[in-house]
Amino acid sequence: MDLLPPLFPDLLLDLLSMALLIGGVFLSISGAVGVIRFPDFYTRLHAAGVTDTLSAGMILAGLMLQAGFTLVTVKLLFILIFLWYTSPVASHALARAAMHTRVEPAEAEVIDADQGDESSAN
Amino acid sequence: MFAAAAICILVVMALALARAFLGPTVCDRILAVNMFGTKTVLLIAVYGFLTGRPDFLDIAITYALINFIGVIAVLKFVEGIADSEQQPRPDEF
Amino acid sequence: MLYFSLLFAVLFGFWLLLSGFWDNGLLLGLGLASSLFVAWIGTRLQSPEQENGYSLGMLLRLPRYLVWLVVAIVKSNIDVVRRVWDPLNQPITPVMGRLPVSQRTSLCKTIYANSITLTPGTVAIEVSDTDVQVHALTRDAFADLAGGEMDREVSRLEVGAGHRRSSPNGKGQA
Repeated sequence: MDLLPPLFPDLLLDLLSMALLIGGVFLSISGAVGVIRFPDFYTRLHAAGVTDTLSAGMILAGLMLQAGFTLVTVKLLFILIFLWYTSPVASHALARAAMHTRVEPAEAEVIDADQGDESSAN
Repeated sequence: MFAAAAICILVVMALALARAFLGPTVCDRILAVNMFGTKTVLLIAVYGFLTGRPDFLDIAITYALINFIGVIAVLKFVEGIADSEQQPRPDEF
Repeated sequence: MLYFSLLFAVLFGFWLLLSGFWDNGLLLGLGLASSLFVAWIGTRLQSPEQENGYSLGMLLRLPRYLVWLVVAIVKSNIDVVRRVWDPLNQPITPVMGRLPVSQRTSLCKTIYANSITLTPGTVAIEVSDTDVQVHALTRDAFADLAGGEMDREVSRLEVGAGHRRSSPNGKGQA
């Protein structure tokens, strides 16, 4: 991605980074709406996952394009690696804590083998 | 462009705060706070570009680390309280 | 030893990145010393009996897996976003279930569980030696995971690190 700038005119680069920023912000808002709208804790966890992964990635990628090939880009890359490395651990710990505090998954059908019949509660 | 992105991230943070207030369980609140934290990291990064001061990225890195460790610590705490309150634990989980 | 060198390289690289001074002897020396010290502590934390799964071959195969993972993440992100904005046509059907884990080393089990959680729509809740408890946002996402493509991709990482699917050894980890 960083090898591109010299080949492309600045305007194109700006447009690309703007598109990435808009996409990332849109995903962020989608995730937040999902966190507000989804019915129970476990489904909200998935919505929060959207904001943690692709949304953060797109916003930081947009910023990277603006920074060009400098130390700033490397720092942004490190932030991205941190977020992608820590967010599954945090999600997993959240889900585990929810299990231990007996947060019941609303209307989740339970499958033990590969296939199972519909047995929705709630 | 950066200003617009920053405002949108602030909106997202407000929504996360709404979920933190609404609850209903303590895990929902921690989830919201975790999301608030990652959005703060992004906001700091965008703000660094907005004001043309890339030094802010160091703060963003530190914030990402502290946020993660804080969330894990609070979760351990909550989990410990839940486990000690309900002594006879079922085995299915 | 590989683990030690990897940890040291990452730590020292991080030091260089954060300090930004590449030519100050004192700072470089301090960074070197603290990185070595922390890498030593980190290596001591590894239990010696249990094979941790780090190998050079895996490191070489990792980039291909990461590319595959990013594509999977993009796909599942689009799916979850569609379900957020279009609840009538794309309803959520939460599923909770257990899936088998075929990875042998604890490192690859962790990679598998983390990949499950990192793709939105599926979250790994608990991991044992032989299976993983998964909560999925939709039945399709669960079926995708049960199809085992991600399992195979992760297993491919550890091919050559030892015998495939030998008896699971070591302790389970969460």
